[in-house]
Amino acid sequence: MIGFLTGLFVTMKTGFRRPVTAQYPDPEKRIKVENRFMGFPSLTWDYDVEEPYCTGCMVCVRECPTECMTAKMKDNPLFSEGKSRRKKIIDEFEINLGRCILCGICVEVCNFDAIEMSHEHELSKRVRNGNRFGLQQLLKLGIKFQSNTNWQPKQPEKNSGVPVKKVDEE
Amino acid sequence: MEINKTINSDNVDLMINMGPQHPSTHGVFRLLLNIDGERIIDVKPHIGYLHRGSEKLCENERYAQVVTLFDRLDYVANLNMELGFCLAVESLMELDIPDRASYIRVILCELNRIASHLLFYGTYGLDVGAMTPVLYAFREREKIQGFFESITGARMMHNYFRIGGIKEELPDDFNNRLSLLLDEVSQGIEECDMLLSKNEMFLARTKNVGIISASDAVDFGVSGPNLRASGIARDIRVSKPYSIYDRFDYGIPVASSGDCWDRYYVRLEEIRQSIKIIKQAMSQMEDGPILAKVRRIARPPKGEIYFRTESPRGDFGVYLVSDGSDKPYRVKVRAPSFANLQSLQYLLKGAYIADAVTILGSIDIIMGEVDR
Ligand code: SF4
Ligand code: SF4
Repeated sequence: MIGFLTGLFVTMKTGFRRPVTAQYPDPEKRIKVENRFMGFPSLTWDYDVEEPYCTGCMVCVRECPTECMTAKMKDNPLFSEGKSRRKKIIDEFEINLGRCILCGICVEVCNFDAIEMSHEHELSKRVRNGNRFGLQQLLKLGIKFQSNTNWQPKQPEKNSGVPVKKVDEE
Repeated sequence: MEINKTINSDNVDLMINMGPQHPSTHGVFRLLLNIDGERIIDVKPHIGYLHRGSEKLCENERYAQVVTLFDRLDYVANLNMELGFCLAVESLMELDIPDRASYIRVILCELNRIASHLLFYGTYGLDVGAMTPVLYAFREREKIQGFFESITGARMMHNYFRIGGIKEELPDDFNNRLSLLLDEVSQGIEECDMLLSKNEMFLARTKNVGIISASDAVDFGVSGPNLRASGIARDIRVSKPYSIYDRFDYGIPVASSGDCWDRYYVRLEEIRQSIKIIKQAMSQMEDGPILAKVRRIARPPKGEIYFRTESPRGDFGVYLVSDGSDKPYRVKVRAPSFANLQSLQYLLKGAYIADAVTILGSIDIIMGEVDR
């Protein structure tokens, strides 16, 4: 009987405590994700020269454990015009988010600060293959992430696309 | 149909198929019970519903990528799985791990052990018919998961340990948050303990049910809390210390009778010991590097190794064969849940059908690890 009553006492105590439940779809009452939260991978946008950071070097494609990404590079038109430092730029990029396991390896191996784990984590789509994200969608995710978190590249000097500096060096 | 033939003998009264979608099987696990009235006379477990071929998949991934696969073996104690694999590769490469990385690993692994045992506490309450404990357990577990999220970026599939260290430095508010978390969790544990452990109905369901003697447990290869509940104080962290576990002072909870209540209480007691370890680790931890000097793509020398660690479920072993390339030649996992499950047939024979779920729950299997 005593064990039963102590249990009841614990339950009663709960009545005087703030509720710990969060209400998921409600934007105010849901749990906020942490800063380091790894949602879907997204491509970042270089505002200085108005192009993506990604050069299509394919390192992330090779290192991805689930082989869910493809990338293709092209010559950068802005480079020939002298507006950017990137010789090559990404042409097509696709991540199958339905297959991605959110491991963050692609972010770790990228040398150009071009890919980041965004805070986006809701996957359901109305169409089949709606989770195959192309370059534009990934950039959209990235831009949203950049503006929400005030993202800065980890190696700003090395990865900036602004060509002025290169002229100085020469 | 075929299965019926193999198990059917003339004196069978009734055969019950339990699972694979039964909620108390913690995954997809199927049991065929032959019952005579209320007694179970024979049982046949069927596993393999969650087989993903992890061991074979490892052969096609580089060492850094394999860590993501190990996350998915025991999916409630992910960091302990990662630790087992990383330590195996590191000892094959004879790497020295920086102290700080080891301390962070231990802290996170012990937190993970707490989270795993809390999950057991909650679901075990459900198994025996108590609805409330799971809410208390998940409240505490939720805090730990949220804490993991702030460090590793994920709540469950962390991919945080690396060959030679860890992925990134801890966030600035780590110490404050951790001590706050420990206070809350230890308070929560006491509440959980008060709520269920001495409850008369719970005692009636679990005391003297599903008894396994020490010698039988050893014969079946049972390990971890299940073995310690039978009275054998064997814990790899103490008997063969790996990483830095020899630097802490903590006890190994042991019970004597080996029944369901003992298996339950040993786990609850282990949570308290884990909190003790974390507190010591916190005070001993110093600044320093978090990654040993390794090349980005690990290439262990030719050779093989078997490395044992103590996961929340028991003796977790990784057997690794390397041919000197950047991918493992063979990976074999000794999953504690798998070995513990072998004792189920023995435990269930002669038990009442109402106790089947109680006994199955008390062994605390995770199907992801059993089927791999
Ligand atoms: S995201 Fe980074 S690693 Fe991947 S292709 Fe672009 S630049 Fe290369
Ligand atoms: S997060 Fe992992 S699985 Fe997803 S795209 Fe990046 S490397 Fe591939």
